Amino acid sequence: MSDITAVKDKYAAQIQSADELRALDDIRVAALGKKGEIGKMMQGLGKMSIDEKKVMGPALNGLKNDIAAMVEAKKEALENAALDAALVSETMDMSLPVGAPAGTLHPVQQVMEEMAVIFSDMGFSVAEGPDIEDDFHNFTALNFPPGHPARDMHDTFFMTAEEGEEKKVLRTHTSPVQIRTMINEKPPIRIIAPGRTYRCDSDQTHTPMFHQVEGLVIDKGIHMGHLKGVLMDFVSAFFETDVDVQFRPHHFPFTEPSAEMDVRYERVGSAIKIGQGEKWMEILGCGMVHPNVLRACGVDPDEYQGFAFGMGVDRLAMLKYGMPDLRDMFAGDSRWLTHYGFNPLLQANLATGLS
Amino acid sequence: MKFTLSWLKEHLETDATIDQVVEAMTLAGLEVEEVENPAEKLSAFSVAKVLTAEKHPDADKLRVCTVETRDGVKTIVCGAPNARADMTVAYAPMGAYIPGADFSLDKKPRKIRGVESSGMMCSGAELDLGEDADGIMDLDSALEMGTPLADALNLNDPVIDFEVTPNRPDWLGVDSIARDLAAVGLGTLKTKPIESIKGSFPCPVAIKTEVPEACPTFVGRVVKGVKNGPSPQWLQDQLKAIGLRPISALVDITNFITYDRARPLHFYDVAKLKGGITVRMGKDETFEALDDKSYTAKDGDVAITDESGILGLGGIVGGTTTGCDEGTTDILIECAYFDPLTIRRTAKRLGVNSDAKYRFERGVDTGFLLGGMDLATQMVLDICGGKPSEVVIAGDIPTPPPSIKFDTALNKRLTGLDMDDGAMRKILTDLGFNVGKDWSVEVPTWRRDATKGADLVEEIVRIHGYHNLEAVSLPPLPGRREPTATVTQNRTRLARRALAGRGLSEAITWSFVLQDHAKLFGGGADTMLLDNPISSDLNCMRPTALIHLLLAGQRNADKGYPRAAQFELGPVYGGTQPNEQALALAGMRRTETERHWAGECPVDALSAKADALAALEAMGANVANLQMSKPTGDYWHPGRCGRLQMGPKNILADFGELHPRALKALGIEGRVIAFEVWPENIPAPKKKKASKAKSALALSDFMPVHRDFAFIVADNVAAGTILKAAQGADKQLISNVSLFDVYQGKGVEDGHKSLAIDVTLSPKDATLTDKDIEAVSDKIIASVMKAGGRLRA
Repeated sequence: MSDITAVKDKYAAQIQSADELRALDDIRVAALGKKGEIGKMMQGLGKMSIDEKKVMGPALNGLKNDIAAMVEAKKEALENAALDAALVSETMDMSLPVGAPAGTLHPVQQVMEEMAVIFSDMGFSVAEGPDIEDDFHNFTALNFPPGHPARDMHDTFFMTAEEGEEKKVLRTHTSPVQIRTMINEKPPIRIIAPGRTYRCDSDQTHTPMFHQVEGLVIDKGIHMGHLKGVLMDFVSAFFETDVDVQFRPHHFPFTEPSAEMDVRYERVGSAIKIGQGEKWMEILGCGMVHPNVLRACGVDPDEYQGFAFGMGVDRLAMLKYGMPDLRDMFAGDSRWLTHYGFNPLLQANLATGLS
Repeated sequence: MKFTLSWLKEHLETDATIDQVVEAMTLAGLEVEEVENPAEKLSAFSVAKVLTAEKHPDADKLRVCTVETRDGVKTIVCGAPNARADMTVAYAPMGAYIPGADFSLDKKPRKIRGVESSGMMCSGAELDLGEDADGIMDLDSALEMGTPLADALNLNDPVIDFEVTPNRPDWLGVDSIARDLAAVGLGTLKTKPIESIKGSFPCPVAIKTEVPEACPTFVGRVVKGVKNGPSPQWLQDQLKAIGLRPISALVDITNFITYDRARPLHFYDVAKLKGGITVRMGKDETFEALDDKSYTAKDGDVAITDESGILGLGGIVGGTTTGCDEGTTDILIECAYFDPLTIRRTAKRLGVNSDAKYRFERGVDTGFLLGGMDLATQMVLDICGGKPSEVVIAGDIPTPPPSIKFDTALNKRLTGLDMDDGAMRKILTDLGFNVGKDWSVEVPTWRRDATKGADLVEEIVRIHGYHNLEAVSLPPLPGRREPTATVTQNRTRLARRALAGRGLSEAITWSFVLQDHAKLFGGGADTMLLDNPISSDLNCMRPTALIHLLLAGQRNADKGYPRAAQFELGPVYGGTQPNEQALALAGMRRTETERHWAGECPVDALSAKADALAALEAMGANVANLQMSKPTGDYWHPGRCGRLQMGPKNILADFGELHPRALKALGIEGRVIAFEVWPENIPAPKKKKASKAKSALALSDFMPVHRDFAFIVADNVAAGTILKAAQGADKQLISNVSLFDVYQGKGVEDGHKSLAIDVTLSPKDATLTDKDIEAVSDKIIASVMKAGGRLRA
């Protein structure tokens, strides 16, 4: 038995001092290899008595396992040491800049998406129409009689036309889309029509091109209370806060009765806070669709009725997101787009919020 | 339309404050734009009495005054030549802001040549109250010391400016404003009735209208023996308060009635008339008008004429030849009705505006022709004296507007409001409608905008108050909800995000461009020109969204921000018809080199390809199966551009580098790459399947095998052709072909290139044998040879 202890101690010392994998492997072969020392000692078992075998057999097996375990442990230690040594030289400057920044989405598009989401929840589809319109769809069908002063309220852009031909116009509002929709579809109708609109006007609060969202609901039994309800639901959802509103009578040729809606606001420094405060700001026009308009589109005003509303998208975008000047919206200044633009991964929705 | 609170109170008995008036107006649909009280900027000033005025010991032109003010007795040094003892003056305390001089007084007494002065005595000019700067204001000595100056001068009278909507021309007279405010309960209407004035002799001027459509009625009367001069102070003050300049009693009377009753009038000097008055259309006649311009009346314009020819444009502007002046003794009063459309056409053509035109083109009260005449006569008699003739009515007074048969249930149907009949009847009656027992509603002559039941509903709910409408959320539509966005809307939403994710920022730019620029990009036809552009460089509808993006990119570079990368989703115009407008997704990247520690990442024509493909792929186009060709527009670099299409006609995208000549013409420096994608050209997804479930996934148990090939092809053979040929060699087995090397140089003959590809073979039924692999390799080589390649030795 003392032999076994001596052998074990001998190899333990050798393994301990091995400083590389190959030397360790040599030790392993010398001890545990086919012709190794332990093997030879095993061969001696055959010459022993049964009682001796009963003692020496398990002892030799134990010796073999102990040495194997020591070799394995040392091997792992040497490998780890080698890896650690190698990794010391594998460095990178992690402060080096990587990747390119993503671009941004335009706030007007963002706001139109937000509106589509809010109105979609109330069952409105999104309808579209052409920018270059004829007089019928932009004016006459909307109950602007030819030559009527109401047409002066729109600073209309006209296209050139051959002598004797009617001049086309750039639509002054998105209301022609409601005409196209009513002519082509049967009630019940619930649409919003976002898009570009044009008026021959340019200053700090007017650009010759701007965006409007028009809304139209035609059904049986739709009254002004619904109009008020829809728009109140909309503004609070849009501004993401409870917004106090005021409805005032107004005049539009295509609605009767007509109204404008104001929201409460206050100035805090240079910022505008919507929803509270002492002042009123007009944000949209609306009303019950005029019977003449329904008739012009082949809808029987004795059977169907409904409401329409229209609002300036760019202005609502400014009010919500704080852009100070309308004209910057369409100037393509990279700094402006980066600052006021939106993360492209964002998709406005009611579950996670609009922005 | 401007009016003062005191003017309103001539027609409305009320104790309402200005704030209450403004709120009532707003809620009744009279949208107040501005309220200005001249008293506000005078609030610091008050009446004071000069006790003593002595010459300044050290200055000949200065006086040292002791002044009794509401702040006590003050010493004030004054330079005005008219300062004297016992004078009643306008006193400004220390620290007051002097509006006419735009400065503030010192807050502490100030020494003037050694004498301390506390405050100031003001001239009219210093207070913005007149042009008299020669001395300080010499006020009525009856005024009490300490009276606020605004009260002393009767200036505490707010001026209200509001928007008159085109349906309510009657609001251009203060009496109608008062009527609406009385109806909402702000007070009692007290417009004085007008008494009919009988003439004492026949009208000596013959009057006829030959154009009953353009001028249906001309009511005329002569007043003899008038004396024209300055109008009385009250009238001058009333006109000045709303910004009108007093001229003479006769002119001021017409202006007053124009604003008081929305009733324009015209006075002629009878001595200057030759014969009678005839209203007819113009015959290319020119006249000098009272606005110091000359106008030519054509056959569409209403001319007021006498035997000498044209005197003025009826309802728009009178002429100088028959105008009233200080020597006028006999006048002809015109109170007429002109057709609104005729007035409007003429005024538009001639670019002329006047208070009369503004009212006639909107329609004046046809029931107030005789009333207007009598009111004018009465004022002339009161102010200028004289003797009136009988009234002549040329033409016929227009018939009143038709009555409306009102179904009271319409009110609830359109507004949801439960109102009893009595309340509705009261509102309409207050507004001047005459409601019969059977709800046949007579419309007042000044309310021709009311033609049907909906109009009456508007009146009822407007006066009842929109704030009383109950807000009701929209009931949900029955049935299952379909998505509300269209395919294109959903697709472009994704494409915009894909492009922004690639570093392009979304812009929105004008739909109009400079015609010359449009021509560079395949547009610019004369039919696409605007008749009245906002500016000469935005005169043509754009054929592409690229133009403004390119210009914006250059502007950014000029400001020190190079490498702009922007895109836009918006309309482009091939013609003026609705189906000639298309939706385009266009983008550009400037190519200024950006140095980077890891090496430059060049922006070139293929970056544009990657952008276009990213957009198309995001929109669900089958990008693997698109054909490549060349764009037709000559704004592309001839050797570095491409077009992606499906079949021979359906173009999905153009991309590449822009032609340097086109860029130069736009003033763009350096190279720019761009793309244009047409989302609407991507085929709609196949008809809705019954289920959204995807097809079953078949996973092969067998290892894919890779084989590399190198082919030699001529330079002009597109790599895409070779890749496609290899891919098509065995559609079952070949799952992918990738290009991993393009080589030119040693070992490859001139004019040729070597393309190295990695073909992935994905067996589905059994592991591939060497023989199988050899067979498919042969097919690949044969297919590529057909496409113009040969295996590299």
